[in-house]
Amino acid sequence: MGQFLQQLINGIQIGSIYALIALGYTMVYGIVRLINFAHADIFMFGAYMGFFLAPVMAKVFGGAFIPTIIAAMLITGLLGFIMEKLAYRPLRYKSRLSALITALGVSIFLENFCAMDFVLFGVHFVFGPTYRKFPDLIVAKNIPIPGNLGLNISNVLLLDVGVSVILMVLLFWFVNKTLIGKQMRAVAFDKPTASLMGINIDVVISTAFIVGPALAGAGGILYGTTYGMLASPFLGIWPGLKAFIAAVLGGIGNIPGAVLGAYIMGISEAFATSVNSNLGYGMAFAILIGILLIRPSGLLGKFMPEKV
Amino acid sequence: MLLEVRNIDVFYGSIRALKNVSFNVEKGEIVSIIGANGAGKSTTLRAISGILRATSGSIIYNGHDITHTPPHLIARMGISQVPEGRGIFGNLTVQENLDVALSSVKDKKTAGPNQDKVFSLFPRLKERRRQISGTLSGGEQQMLAVGRGLMQNNPFMLLDEPSMGLSPVLTEEIFGVIVEINRLGKTVLLVEQNAFKALSIANRGYVLETGSVVLAGTAAELRDNPDVKKAYLGG
Repeated sequence: MGQFLQQLINGIQIGSIYALIALGYTMVYGIVRLINFAHADIFMFGAYMGFFLAPVMAKVFGGAFIPTIIAAMLITGLLGFIMEKLAYRPLRYKSRLSALITALGVSIFLENFCAMDFVLFGVHFVFGPTYRKFPDLIVAKNIPIPGNLGLNISNVLLLDVGVSVILMVLLFWFVNKTLIGKQMRAVAFDKPTASLMGINIDVVISTAFIVGPALAGAGGILYGTTYGMLASPFLGIWPGLKAFIAAVLGGIGNIPGAVLGAYIMGISEAFATSVNSNLGYGMAFAILIGILLIRPSGLLGKFMPEKV
Repeated sequence: MLLEVRNIDVFYGSIRALKNVSFNVEKGEIVSIIGANGAGKSTTLRAISGILRATSGSIIYNGHDITHTPPHLIARMGISQVPEGRGIFGNLTVQENLDVALSSVKDKKTAGPNQDKVFSLFPRLKERRRQISGTLSGGEQQMLAVGRGLMQNNPFMLLDEPSMGLSPVLTEEIFGVIVEINRLGKTVLLVEQNAFKALSIANRGYVLETGSVVLAGTAAELRDNPDVKKAYLGG
């Protein structure tokens, strides 16, 4: 029983991080029908921003976690904005395949750019393909759980879940209650009619490319805090892939679906990993194959015929 | 003159959908464009609202050349289009559909009174304001599409096939609303396959055939024209 609960809790923790990444995939897909493969690398970029900024933030603000996560979100949001403007906007009315290939290109570019060792304005920037210790943004502590189930819960776990839930609640409020949120949903449904309403489609698309990456940036900070190290600029690939599968599982384009898919993914992965540490990776693909066979539109997705 | 369309051509790929189309609309009028399926009626409205681009010719609204203006700016300049097939946002509630229409409105203070006006014209929408609009009946969706256009509070409304798919009773109701909208001071450009109804409420009309204007005149003249009678009014 204790073991079961422990894996469930671990799954919720990693699922929270997947959820923050999956939301970006699904928001962008919902609006421009593009799988932004570079999204995983934005997540990585956010984690590295934490690595570079945390010491500065600790010096300036005293505490590091809140200023670091906000700064990382701003930077990844900006990165998303620039990415859309430079790479995707010129291809907006071209074939969807061109945009997809461009997304792969942007991904490869970001990974390899960050693996470079370069000097800019006299500052030595090294993301570098080496392991790095992620700064301790909070002091990790175990929280004693009464009873004898042997549960191991840390304040980092509570932080991961808490921050994710706060950001998700903010996102739901943003999408459902604000004018720009309603505009986003209208644009996702029907672009030409949305423009007749006076909606500037470019602004809405840019917003999706800021909000999604900002959430991924927050996910990167939580990832670094949880694992305590950054492996390399290629570290986004696996969490990104799993989050993408989570978004497909929930129904790509569907925001609550992405959250649901991410928690299912995190929990099933935690259980699989407890059996064999390599099984966690296999779980992602087992879920992907299963969903494609049984319900390709995802758990909450609706099958919508392509409009002509 | 409120709207002047001068010799526009519109292409879908290599197909020329509009050939040298010209017409105009005066302030306060109801003008109807009638014609068969595929004659280019909807294309004409979409070119005015900016969703399609005229490759030659020009479109002048209120003295401004809007031929190359993007659609969201045209909506903000004072033209509302109620699109064909209603084009409501089926994933949004009735209220959210109306809210989103305010994107083109600068002075948000008009929103409240305007919404009251929409709800008094269409009490059904008020009852169903929290309902997801995709689950509305066809008639209710049409009312929502017109209501959304009214929320924009624009002086000029383009209506694309408002009677499409509606029962005779609802058609009657929608046309009544169009007359009412016009009485409230809005200029209306109406595209319809139901030529009889369209000409019964219009001041003037144009007949489109395979992308060209073949006839123009007052509504009465067109109604009495033997060719129009034969082709569009059922003898």
